[in-house]
Parts: sequence; structure tokens; C-alpha cells
Amino acid sequence: MAVIRDVMPAFELFQPASIEDAQAVLDRYGAGALVLAGGLDSLDWLKDRIKRPQALVDLSGIPELKGIAALEDGLEIGAMTTLTDVVRHPVVRERYAILLDAAESAASPQIRNQGTIGGNVSQDTRCWYYRAGWACYRAGGNICYADTPDAINREHAILEADRCVAVTPSDTAPALIVLDAQMVIRTAAGDERIVAAEDYFIGPGTDITRMTILQPGDLLTSIRLPGTWGGARFYFEKVRDRQVWDFALVSVASAMVTTGAGGGSAIERVRLAVGGAAARPLRLAAVEDLVRGRPRNEATADLAGALAVEGAQPLRFNAYKVPLMRNLVKRAIRGVEAATWTS
Amino acid sequence: MDFLTWARSPWDQPILTHLSWDLLWASLFAGVVFLAAHASYMVLSAHRKRHADETDAMEAAHAHLPARVVRHSLAARLFHWVMAAAMFTLLFTAFLPIAGVQFAWVTWHWAAGLVLTASILFHILHATVWLDFWSIWVGPSDLPELKAELLREFGHDVPGPRSGKYPLGNRLYHLAIVAAGLSVMATGLFMMVRVRTPFLTRNPYLLSDGAWGVTYVLHGMAGVALVGLVMAHVYFAVRPEKWWITKSMILGWITRRQYLEHHDPERWPVRPE
Repeated sequence: MAVIRDVMPAFELFQPASIEDAQAVLDRYGAGALVLAGGLDSLDWLKDRIKRPQALVDLSGIPELKGIAALEDGLEIGAMTTLTDVVRHPVVRERYAILLDAAESAASPQIRNQGTIGGNVSQDTRCWYYRAGWACYRAGGNICYADTPDAINREHAILEADRCVAVTPSDTAPALIVLDAQMVIRTAAGDERIVAAEDYFIGPGTDITRMTILQPGDLLTSIRLPGTWGGARFYFEKVRDRQVWDFALVSVASAMVTTGAGGGSAIERVRLAVGGAAARPLRLAAVEDLVRGRPRNEATADLAGALAVEGAQPLRFNAYKVPLMRNLVKRAIRGVEAATWTS
Repeated sequence: MDFLTWARSPWDQPILTHLSWDLLWASLFAGVVFLAAHASYMVLSAHRKRHADETDAMEAAHAHLPARVVRHSLAARLFHWVMAAAMFTLLFTAFLPIAGVQFAWVTWHWAAGLVLTASILFHILHATVWLDFWSIWVGPSDLPELKAELLREFGHDVPGPRSGKYPLGNRLYHLAIVAAGLSVMATGLFMMVRVRTPFLTRNPYLLSDGAWGVTYVLHGMAGVALVGLVMAHVYFAVRPEKWWITKSMILGWITRRQYLEHHDPERWPVRPE
């Protein structure tokens, strides 16, 4: 049961200066260790006494995890780079503006100054039943309190629910998926493992207790942005209850390359992803296949929107997410001005 | 090692959540130990079956019997193999994720559970109406056979009863499978209202928290027990001296000589050709 005490419980604090040192601590404590990036998600867990790690491994003193470096055709962003630094980077602004939009939509300026991109993509879900410390599926129990007949589930999943109906809270995740980002992981064994962003996130059907593929001892060290989608036509929109310091109800991200101009343009290549609709950010591959080669017009946007929400199963209080997601996908295809909002 | 996993309900009451999965490893370990012990014993075993000359004499006396004695009908064999496929699917989808192999297992699990349930219901009907229902069960009347079998295991020539259609070990195994299978089936059907399926409306409040805890624990206990039971079943199915039984579950028949060698014609009478 959550009891906010505003006083930290006892734990061993480690502030390693290298990835190797950090992993040595993680190896020593195993599941008893908690990794601290910006601390904006982790510290709540500790103060609420829901997570009681023996050891806290603060990554903020590891220089190699910070900063943005140019690659031959892209960028490599250290996992401990703050969201503010991501937003301010000139290449991000010039070639990967969707990441700028997504990172800038996260929380508040103060939080973006402290919060890191690695923490943003690896943070835990905001389902309050789970965060209250109840024994739900995600916490190792055998029930989803958010998916009961009288549950308050306005923010929960409409797609891919599998016992648990929590959603991903990450704003940058859909943007990274459409940019075809590569997540660089240092495994507990010390090996480097690179996975596509869309494979970094996992749903409850795969593992109900985790949001990402990170295993105990693994560290996300950096995120690589290839040039594939650099400079494409981007669209990012995050709908939330209030316009600052709030999580997405639904967000959409798209990267598109078109041929032709104006009303006669056709979609040559496209990637689409949504956040807030499922436990993981969803790449809409079927929608991409549908719209590829079609004119970028209202009819295509309608088709895309309808297909995007196919199979949606709303809960008691979140049916609004179905038209919301459909319209956001329409906008992502057609643009805000041209796409007609339909209920 | 804890046997049960507990949690706190939203009303701060202690509630059972499920069996400790340490017991999965305990069941696997027990299964492996049993297999190793049995295999070692069989190397030294003096198990006595009928002498060849005795079987020769019986075969001459029962020459009127068919050369191939039907042991399992096509329907019984289909049930067995469908149930086996469902059981393996259930065990793999249940325990591989616990062992660390992560995949989307829930739909496969309940779908296989429904196949198992349907096959069990078919089997009960089939065995009740078309088969000799009581031939698979054990009771006090089997004590003489148990005594005779034990003595044969220790190398004695015992004229006592031999098995009817099913060997005593087979029937005891069936009893254990019935207990574990019906437990896992009944609790599994209840648990289906906790997940989304096309068949039932989700209702996690169908039972109280305490009753759900007991349901999950029973399901887990039966599942863990089935790990050991299935291991033993597969082991006996592939043992050379049992291969004639396994073969009969594939082909449906045994030879007249196998029938006379291992069975008591009075307890399992076969119609002459």
C-alpha cells in the first residue's frame, strides 16, 4: 500500500564513474538494485515505499553516458543526456525535429533539465493502481485492478491489453520508433546489444512485469539515430489533459517522404507510431503499408485512421481514446489543417 | 523456500496470489531423480514376465484369437494424441515464461486449455458409453495383482493375477492424471473469466479475493504436478520394455503373443476371430 512519507527509505547509494563499475554493482545486487537516471520516476517509487531496493545505482557520474555525438550518417545520444540538451542540439533541430517536438512535450522545463532520454524511454507505467502498490499482475499478483467493472481507467490501454491495461508513458518513444532509432544496450555479461527502438519496448503479453527488454544488470547506454529518416516530413502531436507537465492520453508520431508537391503529392515512405494507446508504443506497420504509394489526401487519411484503431477494445472510461487515436493518425497523414476531425 | 506467494489486498488484507514457482524446479528435480532412480533400478531389475515356453503354450492354446488384438480404438488414440498436444502446449506456455523464455503466451494457453477440456469431456463420454469404463480404475480388488507384480519385480515366479487391459502402473498413473487434470481444468475454466477471450465477459469479481487465491494455487499445484507426471509418462513411453504399449497407442493393436505375455485373458477377454 502506498504511503508517501517524503523521506527516503534506507538503501546503499552507489555513484559509479564508469559503465563497468555500474555493472559490477548491478551484478552484485541483482534484482535488489535500482538504476537511477534523472531520478524523476525512481524517487517517487522509493518515497512511496513501493520499491525497496537494497542498492541505488546513480548513473549521473558516468561521462560516457552523456552527450550527443555525430555519426557518419546520424547521431548518437548518450542515455544520460538530458531532454533539454536533446532539444537544444542543432542537428536534432535541423534533421530530427520530431524528437525535438516529442522531448519538448515531456513534463515541464525543470523536469526536462533533469530528466534524461534514457530514463524517459525506460520509465515505468503511470497506472495508479500499480503505483499504489497493490498486488496487480504487473506487480506479481493475479488481477488487474484497472480492468474491473468499476475501475477508473480513463488513461488506460485500448490496444494490446493482455491482463494488464497500463500504457507507456514515454513521449520520446514514438518519435524514436519512427526515426528507426537503435537502442544500444550493455548487457550484464558486458556485451553490446543493439535493438531497434520498436523492439526495445515490450507489452504485457511478453512480460507483464517489465516495460522494456532490459534485464537486471543491463544498461541502456545510448540511442543511435540513423540518417534514414533525417529531414523527412515529421508530425508529432500529444493530447493531454493540460498542456504542461502531463502525460499523453494519446500521442502520434510520423515520418514521411512524399513525391510531388501540394495536393498531388503521394506518400513514398512513411513510419507511424502512437503512444498512450497500449503498454508499449505501437508502430502502426499495417497503416504504413496501407498508405504507402497513395496520395496524401483526406481519403487516405480516413483509411489510415480507421485501420489504426481496428481491434481497439476500450474500457469503461476510455472509449474516447478510439476517436482520439483515429483522428491523430489522420492528422499525422494529412496534417492538422487539412484533416477533418470526426467523432 | 516458500510454498505460497502472498500479497496485500487494497483493503490491506493478506491474500494468496499463487504457488511459489520454486516448486516448478522442485517438481522438475523430483521428476529427474525418479527417472534416474528407475532407470538405474531397471538395469539391475529381475522383473519376470511369462517364460517363453509358457507363452508358447498359451499361444498354441489360444490360436483362435486374432493375430492382432485391438487395444485402442481410433477414437481413443485420437483423444490421446490431441490431449498430449494440448498438454505440451499448456506446459510450455505456462512454464517457459517462468523459466525466462518470454513470449505472448496467454492466448495459446487458454486455447490449449479449451482443447484439453473438450478432449477430456469427449474421453469421459467415450469411455463411459463405448469402452469398459471400469477397466482403467484401481480398487481393493487389485491388491492381489499389486502383490504379484511386486514379487515379480523382485525376481519371483508368481502364478498370481496378471493385468487386465491396463497394467496396474498404468491405472495408478491414470488416477493421478485424473486428479491433476480435472483440477487444472476446473480452475483454468474459472480463470478464463479473468482474461479477455471471445467467449466470456471478464468478471474478476466472480469469486472473492480469497477464493481466487485458492483457485490460482490449485491451478499452480496441478500444473507443477503435471510437469513431473508428464516427464514420467514420456519416460515410460520411450523405455524399450514398454515400447509395445506405446506402439499400440500409435497403431491401435498389439500382437497375440504380447497380449498373452502381459495380460490375463480372463481379466481382458478378447473375442476369437
